Amino acid sequence: MVSWFRRRSSRPERSDRRKVSVPEGLWIKCNNCGEIVYSREIERNLKVCPKCDYHFRITARERIDLLVDAGSFEEFDSSIESLDPLQFRDSQKYFDRIRTSKKKTGLTEAVVSGSCTIEGKRTILSVFDFFFMGGSMGSVVGEKVARAIERAIQDRCGLVIVSSSGGARMQEGALSLMQMAKTSAALAKLRRLHLPFISVLTDPTTGGVTASFAMLGDVILAEPKALIGFAGPRVIEQTIRQELPEGFQRSEFLLEHGMVDRIVNRKELKNTIAFLLDAFTRQ
Amino acid sequence: MVEYYLDFEKPVYELERRISELKHMETEESGVDLTDDIQRLEKKLEKMRHEVYSKLGRWQRTLIARHPMRPYTLDFIDLLADRFVELHGDRSYADDKSIVAGVGTFMGEPLMIIGHQKGRNTKEKLMRNFGMSHPEGYRKALRLMKLAQQFHIPILTLVDTPGAFPGIEAEERGQAEAIARNLIEMADLTIPIVTVITGEGGSGGALALAVANRVLMMENSIYSVISPEGCAAILWKSQDYAKDAAEAMKVTASDSLELGIIDEIVPEPLGGAHRDYPAAAAAIGQAVKRHLEELGKLTPEELVEDRWRRFRKIGVFQGP
Ligand SMILES: [Zn+2]
Repeated sequence: MVSWFRRRSSRPERSDRRKVSVPEGLWIKCNNCGEIVYSREIERNLKVCPKCDYHFRITARERIDLLVDAGSFEEFDSSIESLDPLQFRDSQKYFDRIRTSKKKTGLTEAVVSGSCTIEGKRTILSVFDFFFMGGSMGSVVGEKVARAIERAIQDRCGLVIVSSSGGARMQEGALSLMQMAKTSAALAKLRRLHLPFISVLTDPTTGGVTASFAMLGDVILAEPKALIGFAGPRVIEQTIRQELPEGFQRSEFLLEHGMVDRIVNRKELKNTIAFLLDAFTRQ
Repeated sequence: MVEYYLDFEKPVYELERRISELKHMETEESGVDLTDDIQRLEKKLEKMRHEVYSKLGRWQRTLIARHPMRPYTLDFIDLLADRFVELHGDRSYADDKSIVAGVGTFMGEPLMIIGHQKGRNTKEKLMRNFGMSHPEGYRKALRLMKLAQQFHIPILTLVDTPGAFPGIEAEERGQAEAIARNLIEMADLTIPIVTVITGEGGSGGALALAVANRVLMMENSIYSVISPEGCAAILWKSQDYAKDAAEAMKVTASDSLELGIIDEIVPEPLGGAHRDYPAAAAAIGQAVKRHLEELGKLTPEELVEDRWRRFRKIGVFQGP
């Protein structure tokens, strides 16, 4: 939670989110390898650096386009919106933060849910948008994830959730914490019906989202080099007062420690998901 | 016991000391009658206690929840259980001493008791890792919850943790997975589960023991999504604003009750549980007994459904 926040807040004036993922202009510098790459080439390459395979962060809409069969996505629950149950304010009012995020992303909340087909397979899909308040989970996000799970149960089909989140949303206090229990308990119901849940972890997935539904996939896939963990790297550094090893909390580190099933390149993601869903729902 | 008081409690403690000095003088030096003075001061003390403790701010409650003399899980077990046999280890990696668990008898009936454990002195604090668990702690808890289910024993969890431990090894061994696993598995358990938050209900590390049919909070405990210090560091850019963060996040028992996050507040002795362990334990015992009796009437399926409905409805939003 800490790492992304600091990074973003250090340049608060960036209003155009496309600049955060892939800056406009003909040539851009890769965040990872530092190479100067033609921006069209990155766009064509699904926002993956052709030189080093760095996977740029993408919006929920871009992710949906990437995964679903063209024209098959029917969004639901888009009109559930946040209230401000705690009347929370720090340097900004929570309500103002929400308004800014809505304007910036064109979304109503940090997760977009809908039904779709993936290579012809009917599927319920929920995708996080990190550009909406760091993809944080408050009451609305928890409710939308729970409802997506319930929809999969109702429609007797598989579920895919693509996470990208700093964790639980502090501005809704313990209500946000409870969404971890709510979404996980909903997955217990899905499990009873033998309906598959594919969890896709993208950069970054940390905190309360990792520590609930995101780590409960029947299969857990991760994009290359994504930051995935419970505690943010800065919190860990401050606690143990030592530098973190290279590659710590990246997808490859999690694979090595047995925490994810597979690292999948963005190009292979749709096909891999479709294959698994098909294998798990033949009967 | 070492006397320790919080800043806002200081006048109370000072007055208490003066009264006990006067009483001492009266017994030591015969012929001195201080009855009037003592009575006057005791009246004043009563009033002062009421003033100080009846309108505690959220930060003051946080300090009481973290009070170094606050009763911990093993203190409550001592006072509540007729007998307790501690069981150790996650059968996979280690025995995490920041969580204690075992089978006890409570009012004559077997009960699985699982709780975070903090240390009292430096050596103990290190051994208990300040009540901050590693994955093996949550996995031990889950193993013993399933054991309880196997033999139809209800579960009582006592929550008192600053949060899950943020460290390299904790991440390597799957801190997030361990917490998530407890959430989904607890949702499916077919025996009654009652949780009491006794001190700090610190984020995922607390929730990993708290997916219960009934969740109670002691009057001066807190429940929060992130520590006030952590929240302040992120949103206020400095831990010095922890007090503001505690206020903003509404971390107290009455806040949690209002938000529909907990079911009941367990009253504490005036001044806090640390001032009277047996009274604090008795209040917990009464509440837990009542809830276990109610839950005992439900079938296994009803218990799972009851827990699901409890958590399903939590959240505040607008829209269809
Ligand atoms: Zn690159």
